[in-house]
Amino acid sequence: MSTQRQQAETETDSAETETGQEQRLDEKRRRAEERERERVEAEERTAADAERYHLKVFRYDPEVAGKQEPRFDDFHVPYEPGMTVLDALIYARDQFDASLTFRHSCRQAICGSDALFINGSQRLGCQTQLSDLDQPVRIEPLPHSEVVKDLVVDMEHFYDQMESVEPYFQTTDRPDGELEEQRQSRENREKIKKSTRCIWCGACMSSCNIAAGDNEYLGPAAINKAYRFAMDEREGEDMKQRRLEIIEQEHGVWRCQTQFSCTEVCPKDIPLTEHIQELKREAVKSNLKFW
Amino acid sequence: MYEYDVIVVGAGGAGLRSAIAAQEAGADVAMVTKLHPVRSHTGAAEGGINAALRDGDDWELHAYDTMKGSDYLADAPAAEALCQESPEEAIQLEHWGMAFSREDDGRVSQRPFGGLSFPRTTYAGAETGHHLLHTLYEQVVKRGIDVFDEWYVLNLAVSDEERPDDRTCHGVVAYETATGNVEAFAAEDGVILATGGLGQVYDHTTNAVANTGDGVAMAYRAGVPAEDMEMIQFHPTTLPSTGVLISEGVRGEGGILYNDEGERFMFEHGYANNDGELASRDVVARAELTEVNEGRGIEDEYVHLDMRHLGEERIVDRLENILHLAADFEGVDGLEEPMPVKPGQHYAMGGIETDEYGQTCVDGLYAVGECACASVHGANRLGGNALPELTVFGKRAGTHVAGGETEAPKITVGKTDDAEPGEVNVPVELGEPWEGEAVADGGAAADTTEAVVERTLERERERVNRLLDRDEGTKHSEIRAAVQHTMTKNVNVFREEGALKEALADIHAARQRYRDVYVADPSSTYNTDLIQTIETRNLLDIAEMITMGALAREEFRGAHWRKQYQERKDEEWLKHTMVSWSNGSPELWYKPVVLEGENQTYEPKERSY
Repeated sequence: MSTQRQQAETETDSAETETGQEQRLDEKRRRAEERERERVEAEERTAADAERYHLKVFRYDPEVAGKQEPRFDDFHVPYEPGMTVLDALIYARDQFDASLTFRHSCRQAICGSDALFINGSQRLGCQTQLSDLDQPVRIEPLPHSEVVKDLVVDMEHFYDQMESVEPYFQTTDRPDGELEEQRQSRENREKIKKSTRCIWCGACMSSCNIAAGDNEYLGPAAINKAYRFAMDEREGEDMKQRRLEIIEQEHGVWRCQTQFSCTEVCPKDIPLTEHIQELKREAVKSNLKFW
Repeated sequence: MYEYDVIVVGAGGAGLRSAIAAQEAGADVAMVTKLHPVRSHTGAAEGGINAALRDGDDWELHAYDTMKGSDYLADAPAAEALCQESPEEAIQLEHWGMAFSREDDGRVSQRPFGGLSFPRTTYAGAETGHHLLHTLYEQVVKRGIDVFDEWYVLNLAVSDEERPDDRTCHGVVAYETATGNVEAFAAEDGVILATGGLGQVYDHTTNAVANTGDGVAMAYRAGVPAEDMEMIQFHPTTLPSTGVLISEGVRGEGGILYNDEGERFMFEHGYANNDGELASRDVVARAELTEVNEGRGIEDEYVHLDMRHLGEERIVDRLENILHLAADFEGVDGLEEPMPVKPGQHYAMGGIETDEYGQTCVDGLYAVGECACASVHGANRLGGNALPELTVFGKRAGTHVAGGETEAPKITVGKTDDAEPGEVNVPVELGEPWEGEAVADGGAAADTTEAVVERTLERERERVNRLLDRDEGTKHSEIRAAVQHTMTKNVNVFREEGALKEALADIHAARQRYRDVYVADPSSTYNTDLIQTIETRNLLDIAEMITMGALAREEFRGAHWRKQYQERKDEEWLKHTMVSWSNGSPELWYKPVVLEGENQTYEPKERSY
């Protein structure tokens, strides 16, 4: 900017001895240059505005006046290629409102902290590109959970369900030698592989209509955890029976109505509905065996 | 006041393993952690667990690799403990059901990794840390160990004798995130710090947002020396836009690095004529940046990591997670195109000074995992040596604190009167404390657990209230960004005296600004603004210790490269850089490296790959 102005002024200086018309032309050129500069700057501003993403973020705090009634706040965040919903929330918090509250840690879809309700579906904020979303981007806490504050929900119920299915390896078949492995076939490891990828984000539970209506329903994540062990050949047949009893309880697998919502939202692509159906089949098979 | 025998701070791999061990040794244990355990960053570890399990391999080969990898700055008793006990810990995980990848005969799979003389990296796909974390948490659930999740530990309750060696840790004071309550946790037997990494002092890091070095900063202010803080590992393969980690397993399986001219530069430019891409991490990271600096980088920023030739079947079988990460965080299909990678901060080799049982010089205070420095990794950690460190030293510390049977330690801790003093020419005054911040406050020594814990509780409640009372000033996010910026710019892979001094001046300025820090959020419900403000205070101390150590160490060893000092100087520098918080100002001193192992002494050799 200053460079151009100086050039124009230099030309004006050297034109002092020229005719008045030339002086006027110089002046005009200078003004034209100035207008062009303004236009470019304005364009840049517009472009920058176009590159701002409009977020509508759910806000609630039980003890802060003005936030006790849930509301949506608008944030306009400058876009950078590759920007995720989590990046945008961090920007909004650090630049506009330090009280904006959400869980997050790893930024790479492995800690499972930032499952949110984004434009009407359960997704991880860190795994969702802004460029894939329609504006305004509506960001809410996970439905069917109690909101603690802003985007943070109470996860206790989810954890309780996870921990109710005896979510730990149990076997009677452990080798004697301290350094001896309990072998597992590649096929069996492959069978349980997808079920072991759960990151406890709670997206599935939040998407599930049955869980919404029946608070005691184990829910897709806990049933998947049970599947992970029930299908592990190393636990042995007796343990498998015990595991099938757990998931066959009143609020277990039979509640699932195969709506596939959990499978659709799972950020780790775990075929949750399939796993639940497979456990149903296993349970039937095992019940028939005893009749 | 909550009362337990043992308090474990942090619930990643090291914390979980030590809690299990302490409970098995008969202690009543509670874990206090700022995240729910499964959110811990152990879950992001990808590559694997080095363990000498197979015929043709043994712990001594692993120990040799580890000492060489460390560039002879590791202490042999700690490195040997790691290598001797890693096999039983790996099989212990297997017996707890961990979903390792398997061979055709049903045994656990192992693969080659950088700097290893045998393919001993035991893995579960490219998500080994995730499986390790969840397997250990399952065992904690099974045992019914109390977990206070989303409780942020504000400080250690340490008695205030003049010499750190005479002090005792009696518990911790923590802030419940959901409610804002500040409560005390008394620990009859001891406190184990397992707070993980400190990568948030940098802005391009594989570390989580939660990795703010809280444990190191708290122990430091309680008088425990920090060791080899300048030794920061920059991982050679992180995604350029986010710092997301691309496992060394890609190179272990045969992935190749190319520069912009399509050259396989690790060989073609002679960085590692034998091992190429599988040279040690420090070597590969420097090679990549040299390529970029000499104009052969892609977009002047990164290089390519190509795994297409491995074929879809092998990639999906062993590295599937890498395909998801490259697609989600860089928009690249690893089956169809090479992945852009560049070095990013990854790991702190240094940390809280401990012996090989995790004990610090303060009685009853232990540290394990990344926050600790035993020292296993010296000047450079080998890939695959972090996860076994968590389990081996977690078990050792947990057993020790609960009074289980252990041998006498060979590594000494604490500053002795004849310790070699250090001197370093710094441009600014370091570590200036401010009111109410010093732990050793010179008051009357309190002698009962209850008195020490109560006094700490009172002081921390005051601190929280003071931060919340202010309603204008500087935002912590600005201070944090300034620290991250100067550390990334000035205390990176290539280090130069002027830049290190600039960083110290910037950190000093950030400290000054922190005096005016304020918490904008007035709420006592889930106030992350407050927690981040306190974390930022910890980051200031961490950044200063790293930079001070980097300035002091006038040689080139492992991850620490100095422009003016291009050689490893064994005559002068076979010693650890120690920083102690002494009467409110950092004090530099040195401690000799222990190179004498059980059956051999690890004589420093030229390190080539």
